[in-house]
Amino acid sequence: MSLFEVKNITVAFGGVKALNDVSFGVDKGEIFTIIGPNGAGKSTLFNVISRIYEPSKGEIYFENQNISKTKPHNISKLGIARTFQNLELFENATVLQNLLLGRHIYKKTNILSEVFFTPSARKQEHEYRLKVEEVIDFLDLQHYRDTLINGLPYGVRKNVELARALCTDPKLLLLDEPSSGLTNEETIDLGFWIKDIQSLLGITIIMIEHDMSFVNKVSDRILALNYGKILASGLPEEIKNNVEVKQAYMGE
Amino acid sequence: MRFIFKTKYSQDINIAKHNGDRFWYSLLVLIMVALPLVLDDFYLGEISYICILSIAGIGLMILSGYTGLASLGHAAFLGVGAYTHAFLLTNGIPFYASIPIVIIVSFLVGAIIGIPILRLTGMYLAIATLALGFIAEHVFIKWEHFTGGNRGLPVPQPEFLGMSFYDSVFFYYVCLVFLIAAMFAAINILRSPTGRAFVAIRDSEIAAQSLGVNLGLYKALSFAISGAFTGLAGALLAHYIGYLAPDIFNIFLSLTLLLLIVVGGMGSLHGTVFGAIFVGFLPQLIAICRDYLPSTIGSQPGLEPMLFGLILVFFILYEPLGIYGRWMKIKLFFELFPTYKRQTFKKQKVFTKSDRV
Repeated sequence: MSLFEVKNITVAFGGVKALNDVSFGVDKGEIFTIIGPNGAGKSTLFNVISRIYEPSKGEIYFENQNISKTKPHNISKLGIARTFQNLELFENATVLQNLLLGRHIYKKTNILSEVFFTPSARKQEHEYRLKVEEVIDFLDLQHYRDTLINGLPYGVRKNVELARALCTDPKLLLLDEPSSGLTNEETIDLGFWIKDIQSLLGITIIMIEHDMSFVNKVSDRILALNYGKILASGLPEEIKNNVEVKQAYMGE
Repeated sequence: MRFIFKTKYSQDINIAKHNGDRFWYSLLVLIMVALPLVLDDFYLGEISYICILSIAGIGLMILSGYTGLASLGHAAFLGVGAYTHAFLLTNGIPFYASIPIVIIVSFLVGAIIGIPILRLTGMYLAIATLALGFIAEHVFIKWEHFTGGNRGLPVPQPEFLGMSFYDSVFFYYVCLVFLIAAMFAAINILRSPTGRAFVAIRDSEIAAQSLGVNLGLYKALSFAISGAFTGLAGALLAHYIGYLAPDIFNIFLSLTLLLLIVVGGMGSLHGTVFGAIFVGFLPQLIAICRDYLPSTIGSQPGLEPMLFGLILVFFILYEPLGIYGRWMKIKLFFELFPTYKRQTFKKQKVFTKSDRV
C-alpha cells in the first residue's frame, strides 16, 4: 500500500480542466518528481493536495486516510509540508521567526499562558528552538538566524523555505520547483540535501521540477503531465526515452 | 556598534536583549515615576491621556500593525470599554473587579464581531469596520438603559486603594501601571506562537495556512485581543473624561487611533508610545499655533482634522515606518558611521511575487 495516493482527481476551472482524472501513488521513502510543460497542472495538483483548491472529483489518501475533506490548516498536522513556487516567506520577520513558525502545529500553550509568558510557554519556546537549530545545522543557515528575509539573497530564501517546511517534522514533503532561480552550485547542493532528507530524515518527497538533469539525478520515479492528463510515469530512464514525453516536453 | 555574544537560547526569548536595554528602560520608568514631582496637574493629565492612547494604540497595533487587518472603527471598542466600566461602577462594582470584567467583555465583543467581519479583506474590511464604528455610536445613543443615551452617563469616581480618581497624581500612576502591564502583555503575546502566527498572517496567509495556522481562528483572536486592550483603554478614558456621551466615540477618534499607529510606526510597540505622544500633544500644538496664524486660517474650525489628514498622508508617503522607523535609521547611522547606506531601508522590489501559489 502506498503512503500517499491520488485517485481520479479532476479539477475544473469553468470549462478548463486543469487536471483530468489523474491517479498515482507514492511509496514511503521515495523521491517522486512531477514534470510537464507550463500549464500542465503541476502546481494545481499541489494546491489540491494542500487543500487550497477543491477538486471537482476524486480523492486523496495519505496513510490510508482520506484527506479530501480535511481543512487546509490541518494538512500540516497530518505530516504534509510544502514549499511554494514563488516563495511565500514572512518577509518582515527574521529567519529564526520564520522557522519557529514551522513548529506552530505543536503549540500547546493557550492565550492566557502566553499573555503571562508562564514557564510552560518559555519551555515550549526552548523545545521549538531545539528542533529549529537541528534544521539550521542541517541546511547550513547558521549565518542568517537574525537576518530579516527582506535582506536575504534569493538562493538563501529558497533554502529558508525548505527549512521551514522541515521544521514541521513532515512525513511527506511537497517541493514546488526547488531549483528554480538557483545557481549551478546551489542546485548541486540542493541535490545532496534532497537525497539527505530522503535517506537521513526518512521523508518522502514529491517534487515539481523542470531541470531535467537534476530530476534524473535525484528522482526515484517520474510522472509526466500534459494538459492535465498523465502522459507517462515510471523510472527516470523510461521517461527519458518515452516518445510522447519527448514530443510534449523536450521539444523533439 | 554592539555585538551580542549569544550562549543561551534564553537570550533570544528574553525581553531585554542586553544590559543596555535593562538600564535605559529602568531609567525611563524611574523618570516616569518621578514626573509628578516636577509637573503640575495639567501636564500630568495630558500624560495620563497619552498613556491611555498608548494602550488603545497597542490594541490597534496588534490588529493592524502585526496581523495586517485594517480597522477604521476602533473607537467602538473604546466605547464598549468606557460604557461597560461606567455601568459597572454605577451599579456598585468596585474598580478592581470592574477592570477584569471590562477586559473580558471587550475581548468577547471583539471575538463576536471579528468572526463574521474578518471574512472580508483589504478595502472591504476597512469599510466594514468603518460601518462598525457608526453602528456602535448609534447603539450607544439608542441603548438608553445601559448608556444613558444622548443625555450621557456620569462616570463614578470611586475610591481605590484609599485614593480618589480626582487626584491627578494618583490617576497618573494608575494609567502608568496599566500601560506598563499592557506593554508586557503585548510583548509576551508577540514573542509566543500566537504573535508569530499574527505576523505570519500579515506577511503571507497562504503560507501561514499551510503551516497549520487556522486563519479564521487567529484573525478573530487578533480582533478579540485588540478589542481587549482598547476596551481597557476605554475604561481608563471614562475616568479621564468623567462624563460619557456617545459622540465622543465618533469616527474622528477612530481616525486618531489610526493616525497614532501610522505616525508611530506600523509593526512596532515603541511606535504606539511615540504615536500617542504625537497625537496627544498635536491638538495643544495646533491650539498654540492658531494664535500666531492669520485669523482667516487660525479661526477655521476644521483646522485640526485637516492637519491630522495631511500628516497621515505625509507619513505614508515619506516615512512609512513612522517615528520609530526614523529613530531606527538615526540609530543605525551612528552605529555604522561612516558607512551608513540609505539603501538599507529601501524596500526591495520583488519581481517574483504573483497571485499564483
